[in-house]
Amino acid sequence: MKVNIKIDNKQHSVPKGLTVLEAAQLAGIDIPTLCYMKLHDINIENKPGACRICVVEVAGRKNLVPSCCSEVEEGMDIKTHSIRVINARRTVMELILSNHPAECLTCSKSGDCDLQSMADRLGIREIHYQGEKTVNRKGNSPAISRDPNKCILCRRCEMMCNEVQTVGCLSAVKRGFHSVVTPAFDRDLIDSVCTFCGQCVAVCPTGALTERDETAKVVRALSDPTKTVIVQTAPAVRAALGEEFGNTPGTLMTGKMVAALRRLGFHYVFDTDFAADLTIMEEGTELLRRLKAHLAGDETVKLPILTSCCPSWINFFEYQFPDLLDIPSTARSPQQMFGVIAKTYFADLLKIERHNLIVVSIMPCVAKKYERGRPEFQQNGNPDVDIVLTTRELAQLIKLCNIDVNSLEDEEFDQPMGESTGAGVLFGTTGGVIEAAVRTAYELHTGKTLEKVEFEELRGMENLREATIDFDGLPIKIGIAHGLGNARKLLQDIRSGKSHYHAIEIMSCPGGCIGGGGQPYHRGNVEILKKRQLALYSEDKSKAIRKSHENPFIISLYKNFLGAPNSNLAHLLLHTHYFDKKD
Amino acid sequence: MENTVIKFAMGTCGIASGTQDILHYFDKELARLHYPAQLVKTGCMGHCYAEPTISISLPNQEPVMFGNVNEQRAREIIDNFLIRGDKVEGIISPEADFSRKQQHIALRNCGNIDPENIHNYIENEGYKALIKCLTSMKPEKIISEIKISGLRGRGGGGFPTGIKWESTRKSKSNQKYVVCNADEGDPGAFMDRSVLEGDPHIVIEAMVICGYSIGANNGLVYIRAEYPLAISRLKTALLQAREQGFLGKNILQSGFDFDIEIRYGAGAFVCGEETALIHSMEGNRGEPTFKPPYPSTQGYMGKPTCVNNVETFANVPAIIRNGAAWFAGIGTEKSKGTKVFALAGKIKRTGLIEVPMGTTLREIIFEIGGGIKGGKKFKAVQTGGPSGGCLSEKYLDTPIDYDNLLVAGSMMGSGGMIVLDEDDCMVSMAKFYLEFSIDESCGKCAPCRIGNKRLHEMLEKITEGKAEMNDVQKIRDLSKVIKDTSLCGLGQTSPNPVLSTLNQFDDEYVAHIKDGQCIARQCKNLIHYVIIPENCTGCTVCFRNCPVEAIYGDKGQVHNILDNQCIKCGICLSKCKFNAIVIN
Repeated sequence: MKVNIKIDNKQHSVPKGLTVLEAAQLAGIDIPTLCYMKLHDINIENKPGACRICVVEVAGRKNLVPSCCSEVEEGMDIKTHSIRVINARRTVMELILSNHPAECLTCSKSGDCDLQSMADRLGIREIHYQGEKTVNRKGNSPAISRDPNKCILCRRCEMMCNEVQTVGCLSAVKRGFHSVVTPAFDRDLIDSVCTFCGQCVAVCPTGALTERDETAKVVRALSDPTKTVIVQTAPAVRAALGEEFGNTPGTLMTGKMVAALRRLGFHYVFDTDFAADLTIMEEGTELLRRLKAHLAGDETVKLPILTSCCPSWINFFEYQFPDLLDIPSTARSPQQMFGVIAKTYFADLLKIERHNLIVVSIMPCVAKKYERGRPEFQQNGNPDVDIVLTTRELAQLIKLCNIDVNSLEDEEFDQPMGESTGAGVLFGTTGGVIEAAVRTAYELHTGKTLEKVEFEELRGMENLREATIDFDGLPIKIGIAHGLGNARKLLQDIRSGKSHYHAIEIMSCPGGCIGGGGQPYHRGNVEILKKRQLALYSEDKSKAIRKSHENPFIISLYKNFLGAPNSNLAHLLLHTHYFDKKD
Repeated sequence: MENTVIKFAMGTCGIASGTQDILHYFDKELARLHYPAQLVKTGCMGHCYAEPTISISLPNQEPVMFGNVNEQRAREIIDNFLIRGDKVEGIISPEADFSRKQQHIALRNCGNIDPENIHNYIENEGYKALIKCLTSMKPEKIISEIKISGLRGRGGGGFPTGIKWESTRKSKSNQKYVVCNADEGDPGAFMDRSVLEGDPHIVIEAMVICGYSIGANNGLVYIRAEYPLAISRLKTALLQAREQGFLGKNILQSGFDFDIEIRYGAGAFVCGEETALIHSMEGNRGEPTFKPPYPSTQGYMGKPTCVNNVETFANVPAIIRNGAAWFAGIGTEKSKGTKVFALAGKIKRTGLIEVPMGTTLREIIFEIGGGIKGGKKFKAVQTGGPSGGCLSEKYLDTPIDYDNLLVAGSMMGSGGMIVLDEDDCMVSMAKFYLEFSIDESCGKCAPCRIGNKRLHEMLEKITEGKAEMNDVQKIRDLSKVIKDTSLCGLGQTSPNPVLSTLNQFDDEYVAHIKDGQCIARQCKNLIHYVIIPENCTGCTVCFRNCPVEAIYGDKGQVHNILDNQCIKCGICLSKCKFNAIVIN
């Protein structure tokens, strides 16, 4: 069904059900928006009609109409940039700015801020209506910094937190001019049900929600001659870092990133993908063990097994599903496996004390900043991972040191913890961890060689996916969810005994780590996430070894240090336990 | 022989003014005298100016109403009126100005019946309309009657009720809802509370009729929790209606099921807006969403929902009983029937009144209200609460209806009507209403959240004497954008009190800005307390009573006020016996 409408004096025929904003976009007219955000295909949309920047004039309507939440109607006569509209937009923008701290000079979002660019686009040079500003307590946490005074109440974070992630931490409280988005009772995030997924940060248009900046800590560590500073880089980082340097989304930056990290002065540049391979060895072995016991009729062994790489996901079930603590794999995340191997095995190799080895992580994620501080990942107060930077913070550091990353020659990771397989790199996308696990578990279980390593049925962007993989006559049922709201559905099925899966992969962020809260801002463009995903698939394809258990350095790590997967030492170092955080 | 019936006006306000004690007094005294009388608690009789109010019907006689009944007057009434049959002071004649021009449809039972006794309601034609609907009218016919009657929403907007019912009926769904909006929140408005306290069954009856008409089996009353008496009387009424078969399964053997639940609001003005009300009932933050979709297609829990205000519902049974033509015969061309107003402010007789649409402001203020108190001069009347505006003398003869009030720059609103006299500063008035809108804005959309705050700050500058003339233009410009861009009715109308006072009392704005003068002497920053030396005897009374030591002077000597220390509390003025202190 089509409707005929007039936009800016031109006749258009557009599909019924579109909003005025979408119809204008089809017609090539760019109506400015501020609070609005839509991630196509993965069902994420924020259109509260709150900011009123996108208002347009519709003939016959008394008031201006918010284009983001008004559907087109037959015969509509729309003016998107009339004088009345422009005057209204500019006045509303001035009002929003009149209650903003205007700390652009020191704001971490400066240059990357939707509010700033909208003020520029609307040509705001003076704020005619000045007055009192709202003052709210800033909130800090190990992962996310909150400055509610910079909040423009676009409510994107609230939508992400409540509708997409179903975490229910952030919501608007108080009324009118004093409205503020905050956790219940204005608690700090660490004292709330926040999982630190960082999706609020990923969508915040201003500097109200940002990652806790730790770049200064890295600079300090690098300038301390008594420290050996090593770095690990998560798989999703290489697929997105390029965007910060003007490259098209999906540009793989692996080699240039390694080179830049060396220029920054890291003593060893390693790869979290190595630890991802290690995770597969541990998690895959655990899966097979549980599977065998379960098939043998041992009712104390529960299935499905759930992946445990994502710290926000761990938080989610600790808060919301504490009755299911024995379901997830006990394997630590790759970041923490890397950290603990670095501080034991690698520190021994270098013959240095663990406190003189500084482990820095580059992660697409803000929850990793929180994860590294968990008490179970420390020894005598010394953490396995010392500092976590997001992809954005790394980019900032590279720019700070004037490194022209695009012109650097590709370089290789250092050894022994820089060697990885195609399986490891898949950890950065939804479906990737389970695909990597299947590659190894299949061969370990069947004793046969897997000829076709790519499992198309596990790939893609749909919110919930499932597939049955034939383990030589044994059908293994697999479920995949990205986004915690989708994960909740699978968990509720498990709780009510309706789940029929053997294994489930869960990642908190839409798209998996490629859409993490520490990645360059996607600004509602889901195509960016899809291109990052393709980049990881292509890196997997380019690898000579694509199964974790074939990684020669993993084999030698077990031989020289850990013994076997799930050995006593492996359990001590590479596994963890979970807590009931309900109260 | 029938008993004497004595009715006591016991709405919240009647109780607050002491009617409970009067009731006890009568109960005790009449028992002692073995005087056979039936004592009835009713809702509000409307005579706020004469509370406590009671009404006495001697056997086979017309009721007689008494106002300002205290214990002494109660004694006189018992001894002289009841026992001896003599006249006593305090009788309110039904022919008096207050009542003559009123016509009660929504309030017909208010103050006449015991709201906690369903039989009292039934005796007064109660549930007749429902019986008529269920036994002899098709839903389409009922809706057509409501449409022909011309009934429009009494909550403020004036949307045609019949059309609302019709579009909810047309929405296809397995589940629909009828919602009664009892979230009355305008400052000075108490119409809906009075109806629910005085005649809850009228609302229940109308909601069942509405449900039958639109095809809904569930009703919800959204009422603010700070109306405990209305809630308790409504609860009693719901129980009784269920017992008598007017609610529940298979109502009056018609096969139609309908029941009503109560939902409590936390007293947010914005929750009177229907989408905000629905979100609040769903357990979400009480914030409006953009319409369309209208509740009639997507309302409570996403289902078609018909939201009507208490007073709107209260008109429905009479329309069904008497026919649409009867109702359409009352009022003006486009506004039919009557309107209930809460009449307040600087008038002699404040009260809850119901007048035909088309009655003029002059009739309401000077006849019903008895004119301005204390011989002062009328200045303006505020209608429509924070969404409305102030109307000056030149609108006194305007017939009140939805459209005329809009043209005049105000609006009907839910029915608050506050009369102002020469002592009221119009800039302060605008500021007061704006302050209300700021407090009650949900904060969702930027123009309402921040714009109203900025408007208020500019008004504050004016009342402090710090404004410039170009601030007036800024106020107008900003008001226009707030009205044009706000998400819901609250923001779209919040600048009205400012604009209407600017349009009609611009001289007061100019006086504040240019001359630093507040004609009404209300703006503290613009007034100065001064001692007239010729009149001052140096008695030290003002000096001793000043709370901030802003007055000095020795005994017997002329005193002085330190203007920069003075907080303009006015105590000195009220204490001086020699007229030696004036305001400049």
